[in-house]
Amino acid sequence: MAELSNQLMAFTVLAYLAAMVCYAAEYAFGKRSHIGRAAARPARQLVGAGGPPPAVVEDVAPSATADRPERDRSAMIGAIAIGLNVLALLLHLGALGTRAVAAGRMPWGNMYEFILSVSVVGSIAWLAVLSRKPGIRHLGLFVTLTMVVLLGANGLIAYTPVGPLVPALNSYWYLIHVSTIILSSGILLFGAVPAAAFLIRTRYDEGKRRFPYTLGKRSPAAETLERLTFRLHAFAFPLFTFGALIAGPLWAEASWGRYWGWDPKEVWAFISWIVYACYLHARATPSVKRTTATWLALLGFATMLMNLFGVNLFFEGLHSYANAG
Amino acid sequence: MTIVEETAAPPASPPPRRTNPVWALLRNSWRQLTSMRTALVLLFLLAVAAIPGSVLPQRSVNAERVADYFRANPQSAPFLDRLGMFDVYASAWFAAIYLLLFTSLVGCVAPRLVDHVRALRTVPPDAPRRLDRLPQHATAERSDQPAAEAANVAASLRKRRWRTVVRECDGGRWTVSAEKGHLKEAGNLLFHFALLAVLAGVGFGSWYGWHGNRLLVQGADKGFCNSVTQFDDWSLGPRVEASDLPPFCFQLISFQAAFQDSGQPKSFRATVLVDGDGAVSKRDITVNKPLRLPGATVNLLGHGYAPILRYTDRYGEQQTKVIPFLPRDDMFTSEGVATFPDVNIDPRTEKRDENLQVGFEGVFLPTVSPDGSPASAFPAERNPALFLTAYRGNLGVDAGLPGSVYALDRGQIAAGKLRQVSGARPHELKPGQAWTLDDGTKLEFLGTRPFATLAIRHDPTQSLVLGGAVIGLIGLMFSLFGHRRRVWFRFSPLAAPEGVPGGTLMEAGGLPRADYPGFDDEFQGLVKAAEEDEGTP
Repeated sequence: MAELSNQLMAFTVLAYLAAMVCYAAEYAFGKRSHIGRAAARPARQLVGAGGPPPAVVEDVAPSATADRPERDRSAMIGAIAIGLNVLALLLHLGALGTRAVAAGRMPWGNMYEFILSVSVVGSIAWLAVLSRKPGIRHLGLFVTLTMVVLLGANGLIAYTPVGPLVPALNSYWYLIHVSTIILSSGILLFGAVPAAAFLIRTRYDEGKRRFPYTLGKRSPAAETLERLTFRLHAFAFPLFTFGALIAGPLWAEASWGRYWGWDPKEVWAFISWIVYACYLHARATPSVKRTTATWLALLGFATMLMNLFGVNLFFEGLHSYANAG
Repeated sequence: MTIVEETAAPPASPPPRRTNPVWALLRNSWRQLTSMRTALVLLFLLAVAAIPGSVLPQRSVNAERVADYFRANPQSAPFLDRLGMFDVYASAWFAAIYLLLFTSLVGCVAPRLVDHVRALRTVPPDAPRRLDRLPQHATAERSDQPAAEAANVAASLRKRRWRTVVRECDGGRWTVSAEKGHLKEAGNLLFHFALLAVLAGVGFGSWYGWHGNRLLVQGADKGFCNSVTQFDDWSLGPRVEASDLPPFCFQLISFQAAFQDSGQPKSFRATVLVDGDGAVSKRDITVNKPLRLPGATVNLLGHGYAPILRYTDRYGEQQTKVIPFLPRDDMFTSEGVATFPDVNIDPRTEKRDENLQVGFEGVFLPTVSPDGSPASAFPAERNPALFLTAYRGNLGVDAGLPGSVYALDRGQIAAGKLRQVSGARPHELKPGQAWTLDDGTKLEFLGTRPFATLAIRHDPTQSLVLGGAVIGLIGLMFSLFGHRRRVWFRFSPLAAPEGVPGGTLMEAGGLPRADYPGFDDEFQGLVKAAEEDEGTP
């Protein structure tokens, strides 16, 4: 079972990679055809439903007809990208599930499993939001890129063979504390994607045409991205508060005898919480520009990454369950 | 006289009211401090200030690592220490940031609390003249009279828990004003006041709390009673006296540890005999289940092995010591030192020869690995052995200086006062084996006893902190997910032929006070409900 989990993991990364290539290809093709993104949409839905490419509707302008084969192809690639993304998520869930079965417990016992879980939450959040707002499909490139990097790095740096829990984790707080942290971290990490896209799009709208800003050309409207960023963060922030600042201290009191002890993990959770609190305050303050606020959200993302990787790898503390290096 | 004054005074400027400059400065500083911009900067500073505490070792977390850092960086460490870098979270600058932040917070939320109470007591304002200028707007024609229509809509709004006021205006028109979402601001205020409660709880907890650590070796002869003299290290809050500690004693009866074949631990259980308030009881402490006594909590932090060593000196006198060896890796390769300062006393003179003191230094391996590596291969005692080096001479324990009980005095060795008297390689001792030194004295390794490291602490305000955090979270959720919004309905009589009662023109307008994407749907729902109520009294 553990073997199966590892193989599924490898296929998961490959599937995310393939989805990423397709998102990127669609991006590239999409740039050439300026006309009729709306026209491409029904075609994509039909292809996605498994039917043959629909017959060309004849009442469009002749200039558009010249581009048509290319546009169909781009829409088709987009649909394939989503299909691969879903496949990758299923493989991802499979890898996590088999890992849990192999270990006979929830798969949150070490850094490898933790990152596996956090990324699955991020991936589900992405597809859930995508199903409600198909317009943000172009963010898929960033999402899958993040997934490939995160999971690849996880497999290389943090891989840990399946094993039972260390005694310190043998508590019901393990379920409560770790699950809420995984859920909130996943959503906060995913929240960085619309945040970055918003900043790129804003600069694009201001007339910037150099490399990173050109990515904003096909991204959803700045306002949509900004609102999505806020809603993801507003949803995840109380969860993170509960997981890190209530459930965590409750467990720490039972396990280590104090509810807060400035362990490196605690310090960085505190820092992340404050930075995200800064973001929420800044966003609620009319005099602070939305771009400034969004930069704070990205800073929060950086502190979360620091907590996920940096603290586990560089500092030694009570949360050292990672088996890395 | 008045005329004279009028001409004398410059017409444009009113008589200058002299503001006290000190007062003005104070007022402006206060405004600056309580502004959102300052609060944001302080929040951000707090996050930045917390970073060094995770990079540099902290005394409150691990004092030994701080000592290691001092040894490794003798140049920079004292300088960093002066900046408080090894006590970041107790340092003046860290406290300055969070106290300023909380002052700013109070300055910001206290007036908002007043405003909020006022807002709760005032009725929703009357409808603006042009409802069609509002973000949400709808009109409809109704058959009933304005007064009846207004009453209907107001009832429907009240049922949906809107704060509703009905007003009669000129010309037979009626308006309904309704407001909802005060919980958002209430939650926001609750969250910020709960933060104050948490701060107060943390503050009082550090004043009135205390904690101590104790390494407890198994056995009735190694019992522990709760007083500062029996702790290995301890710290009392500024408002706690040593006599305030609750009286109880306990001893370690047994310690069980189970491991995987890989050496990864499975479970730990310490069984202690507790004697408190006259009653004696047997209690278990496991990693996640502390022993909760009245006024103190005992947590199991770690464990290890204490070899039992018997030394027989050149006059045949025997001394037995149980000496905890501290584990230095996950497989419990443990280091320790056994000193026998009061041996080799000539029974005729009864005088101690300071140069005949004996010390042993080395490692204990619970499982000696077959390949002969100097580290243990498994954390449980499968093939235990001690590897010791013997020293004789002056141990330096009489100087009155506190030294480590886990290492010999390097100064004495360097000065040649304490000399190694065994071979180049440490001597291996299995349990039950004896080792005869060059002077005919003998060391016997009788076996080991387990020890547990325990943290004993008390924090009287823990529940206040927890309560504050939970209430804060509830407030936070109301604050994030609540939406303040207002709706107005205006009912104006329509002109009708004489004698026939005319209908009513209904205008509705809605205004969300903040970004609220769902308001559109809610407003349409309210208008629809108002239209459907037609006919019902």
